[in-house]
Amino acid sequence: MSMSAPDDATLRRILRGCRTIAVVGLSADWNRPSYFAASYLQGKGYRIVPVNPKASEILGERCYARLEDIPFAVDMVDVFRKPADVPPIAASAVAIGARCLWQQLGVMNAEADATARAAGLDSVMDRCVKIEHARLFGGLHWAGVNTGVVSSKRRAA
Amino acid sequence: MTQRRFHPETLAIHAGQVPDRETGARALPIYQTTSFVFDSAEHAAQLFNLQTFGNVYSRLSNPTVAALEERVAALEGGRAAVACASGMAAEAMALMTLLQAGDHVVAAGALYGGSVTMLSVNLAKFGIETTFVDATRPDAWAAAVKPNTRAFFAESLGNPSLVVLDIAAVADVAHAHGVPLIVDNTVPSPALCNPIALGADIVVHSATKYLGGHGTTLAGVVVESGRFPWDNGKFPGMTEPSPGYHGVKFFETFGDFGFSMRCRMETLRVYGAALSPMSAWQVLQGVETLPLRMERHSANALAVAKFLQADPRVAFVNYPGLPSHPQHALLQRQMKAGSGLLAFGIRGHGDGAMAGVRFIEAAQFMSHLVNIGDTRTLVSHPASTTHRQLSPEQQRAAGVTPEMVRLSVGLEHIDDILWDMDQALAAASA
Repeated sequence: MSMSAPDDATLRRILRGCRTIAVVGLSADWNRPSYFAASYLQGKGYRIVPVNPKASEILGERCYARLEDIPFAVDMVDVFRKPADVPPIAASAVAIGARCLWQQLGVMNAEADATARAAGLDSVMDRCVKIEHARLFGGLHWAGVNTGVVSSKRRAA
Repeated sequence: MTQRRFHPETLAIHAGQVPDRETGARALPIYQTTSFVFDSAEHAAQLFNLQTFGNVYSRLSNPTVAALEERVAALEGGRAAVACASGMAAEAMALMTLLQAGDHVVAAGALYGGSVTMLSVNLAKFGIETTFVDATRPDAWAAAVKPNTRAFFAESLGNPSLVVLDIAAVADVAHAHGVPLIVDNTVPSPALCNPIALGADIVVHSATKYLGGHGTTLAGVVVESGRFPWDNGKFPGMTEPSPGYHGVKFFETFGDFGFSMRCRMETLRVYGAALSPMSAWQVLQGVETLPLRMERHSANALAVAKFLQADPRVAFVNYPGLPSHPQHALLQRQMKAGSGLLAFGIRGHGDGAMAGVRFIEAAQFMSHLVNIGDTRTLVSHPASTTHRQLSPEQQRAAGVTPEMVRLSVGLEHIDDILWDMDQALAAASA
């Protein structure tokens, strides 16, 4: 990785600040990881915007072929594509004014990461939005996962 | 910006539990409920599809049990954990999730008797074959590997053999053959040894022993490291659609906690050896003081071992915490201290086994029973109890001799423990 991984406070800020998430490469197939993640995030109150030229509607939301086609503001661009495909997606994320470029678990493109950071976006690589949300806001604790959370405050909703 | 890495003493108290969201309760509530309501039909569908995380039924997950799971995962430095009804259930859950008919296991010869039986009898009945090897020789592990080998299984510190496993060396052999090393870490507990840091892929515990620590409650835990490459071609159950859970691909969907999710959703869900919330709560009361207790168990055991070593009535003492023990250097590399378990033999006038039985019967407060890891000092005679189902040959392989007495040294005052040892030895040697 070109930069150190974001700490928990940064991830919490990103996940609280972003409400509209464009999911590039979101599958219409219910048992694909992208569908799992988007479905989870939708259930947590995020607006999911599918970016998939092969589908018209996923999870009840209209699909767009490209990020540039989305006619409203997007906070986060969440990428489920192979690493080599990410740099142009990073450029598009900057162009549409997104606040965060998030490369999913197994996706790490340093050039895309640098593009996003240079434009002032938050950038996360090789993490799953769903898993990080669940780790920091309680859901993953359910599954016996070591969340790293040590606190004397009530868990935030 | 760097995140605090908390010490085990802090994790033993805090990991896996923050104050209750509704009430602010600081201690862990006991969620004594079988089931949990759904918000809507859609929510129920999402939970069943594993598209969102949440409780459905306490055979799968329960908030009180989850606190124990996360705490043990944190203490072991693992990615995730699944708790179940006993240590044997934990071992069975790890092996049955990983293996199918036609698979082969390489296991340490010196194992807890119940583990030997599970591998050599119960799993053999389902077409899973095991080769037992001398755990102290990494070349023996390598020589036993077959094309269908899918797991290595050993104890970090053998019960009652007290054989110390060279975890890093055996993990290297396992990984060279593309299979995970499963380590039973019951005797050291995570306070003294962390097999995952040394290369183990899966850790199992009888939490009944030191984790719970008070001899009150049965429980087991399986911890995964999150590092094993399940997509190496040998574990289709991790990478192909699960017929047992409507087509979920566990490794692709859950990544570094995919094995735990598969344990939970395929094995625990179907075989049903779930941990009760009340039991999880009781074990957690013990876990809070685990690091403190392990220091004292180890200090008391070392003092007893030194006392026995100096006593002419004693034929042998087996305690790897003794500097004279052949595996002492390895133990010092891997463990913070020697733990509370030791074995010894009384110099018999003819029948060593009878001297052992007389010792046990003469004890005043040392308790004759087959558990270990209690606050109380416990004594047992493995050849006539835990290992009596094994053949004499299997007993020898498990490190059990007829005269051997196993001691689980407790937290009583060391002078009182030595007094009871001394008077029982006098009775046994009379």
